[in-house]
Amino acid sequence: MTAEMKILTARFDTEGADRYDGYTDSGGYEAMKKALGMDPADIVETIKTSGLRGRGGAGFPTGMKWGFINREDTPTYLVCNADEGEPGTFKDRELMERDPHSVIEGMAIASYAIGCREMYIYVRGEFGYAARQMERAVAEAYDKGVLGRDIFGSGYDLDMIVHRGAGAYICGEETALLESLEGYRGQPRLRPPFPAQKGLYQRPTVINNVETLACVPHIIEKGSDWFRGIGTEKAPGTKMFSLSGDVERPGNYEVPFGTTARVLIEELAGGVSGGKKLKAFTPGGASSTPIFGADKLDVSMDWESVQAAGSLLGTGAMMVWAEDACILRSMLRFTHFYAHESCGKCTPCREGTYWLEQMFVRLETGQGRDEDLAIMMDVQGNIGGRTFCALGDFATAPVISSIKIFESEAREHIKKKGCPFER
Amino acid sequence: MNEGTRILGVPRLPGPPRPPLSEHARAEAQRLMARYPEPRSALLPMLYLVQADHGFVSREGVREIAQMLGLTPAEVTAVATFYTMYKREPMGRWLVSVCTQPPCALRGANQIRDAIQQECGIGNGGTTEDGMISIEEVECLCICDGAPVVGINYENYENLTPESAVELIRALRAGETPPKPARGDVPAPHDETHRELAGLNQKDREEAGA
Repeated sequence: MTAEMKILTARFDTEGADRYDGYTDSGGYEAMKKALGMDPADIVETIKTSGLRGRGGAGFPTGMKWGFINREDTPTYLVCNADEGEPGTFKDRELMERDPHSVIEGMAIASYAIGCREMYIYVRGEFGYAARQMERAVAEAYDKGVLGRDIFGSGYDLDMIVHRGAGAYICGEETALLESLEGYRGQPRLRPPFPAQKGLYQRPTVINNVETLACVPHIIEKGSDWFRGIGTEKAPGTKMFSLSGDVERPGNYEVPFGTTARVLIEELAGGVSGGKKLKAFTPGGASSTPIFGADKLDVSMDWESVQAAGSLLGTGAMMVWAEDACILRSMLRFTHFYAHESCGKCTPCREGTYWLEQMFVRLETGQGRDEDLAIMMDVQGNIGGRTFCALGDFATAPVISSIKIFESEAREHIKKKGCPFER
Repeated sequence: MNEGTRILGVPRLPGPPRPPLSEHARAEAQRLMARYPEPRSALLPMLYLVQADHGFVSREGVREIAQMLGLTPAEVTAVATFYTMYKREPMGRWLVSVCTQPPCALRGANQIRDAIQQECGIGNGGTTEDGMISIEEVECLCICDGAPVVGINYENYENLTPESAVELIRALRAGETPPKPARGDVPAPHDETHRELAGLNQKDREEAGA
């Protein structure tokens, strides 16, 4: 028996499920019809009691987010955050490519619940095919009366715009995303006010991740008790984990929260490539999630358990390193990423990531000195918690991963005056 | 080239002079501005439109969209230089984006990058003399289940080796149409790609809701 539980990914293997007919043949848009007959406040309540939490990284309760919106204070906006860019994450892309109508349906129900008449999906610019799939689905949805005027005879009007990003990881941060959508540089905003009070165009706004919204139709259709019956008490439902790197079968695997990392890596992804031993894995992408060594394989994959073990669940991107891979080299690459993606607003992040990258290069190329490790720990300590948004905190993870958790490897680089690994 | 404009720390803007935007492009820009509650939301789409018309974000294009939106060219330039998908000089016919983040690197991406660069005789950010290929090394393209991945005009080719990547590049330089990737569609030329990125293929609510 497999550990997989295909709810969000149930249609992935069905030919034509990405088109309107295929979607409705498998029960699509029934939840939306049901929702349009409900009181919006009851929908918010259903999502609250379901315990649904955001799948974009932070795990904030979705129903609570919706509940902050004053429906009478019109216009209100719903924005779907599809600016997926976290290294190792590819769940939202696959959802949009294979089941775009489920994203529209989730967005439409959320919009109805918060009184929104115009919803946006901000799709990462590089996602050519995923955005095209969304646009095709939106066109079909208009043709079939799922979007537009007087949807299903309910009197409810709803429009949707697919908006492309232009290559900036920071726009996955929700207030930077709003800046970008308004036509500015994607730099985070000061909070408060939170988007629920002043978001897009200074109007009440909900921003939810793709995977989060894709859960919504299932909860409306089957009820919050059903949803709560899956996963753990504090993390109900399933999660798509993206497995990549040194594994036999990279891919997205949907399992109930609380499944162990061992099951995901060894059973579902087929174990480490070439039968090698596991060295390390990320529980949730590159960001703010120090990597786990092989001793953490039995950690249950949910927010609380991963945090208790010393990291964060993030987006559920599990990158895997085999025994013969150099951790430092990968952490240098992550640090280059943060230096490149730092928006430049805050000095600790803009300057700190730049210097950390230089020091990583020095270590990896065998020019490092013993005292460098303490300096790097000091630099990361002066970035974390000292920036406007979380990107600064994210940038500390590669340092902690390589200098603290894999300190002996870092020291070996210094001692041998070079990288002791082939790859 | 514009060597004289390259000052340390200042983004090199822009490439060679371009004629004014076409009438058609200007009409499309108006359509984009009308799509959003605030016209400025159309700025990113309009920058794509400039790229579709001029091949890169040109000085002339920046001036024109600034005028249409009631902004200064500096305000538009500030936005254009923030995002990596806006290019400040003409690109080759095919933009080759090589991901070298760990999920790809663990599966051989650095060797692929080196092989492609050697084949083309250019480095990151370079364009071949025949104007066919531009190469960029990019951050995670989030298609790690197909690693290592190379994007061609934002369509992705998966599970490549240095050999298959070079074969792909040779075919492109020989003027062949790229093959259909395992997922996605055949890459389109820049003008089509950037029109799509601007959202111009999207069904407008006016067309749909009427």
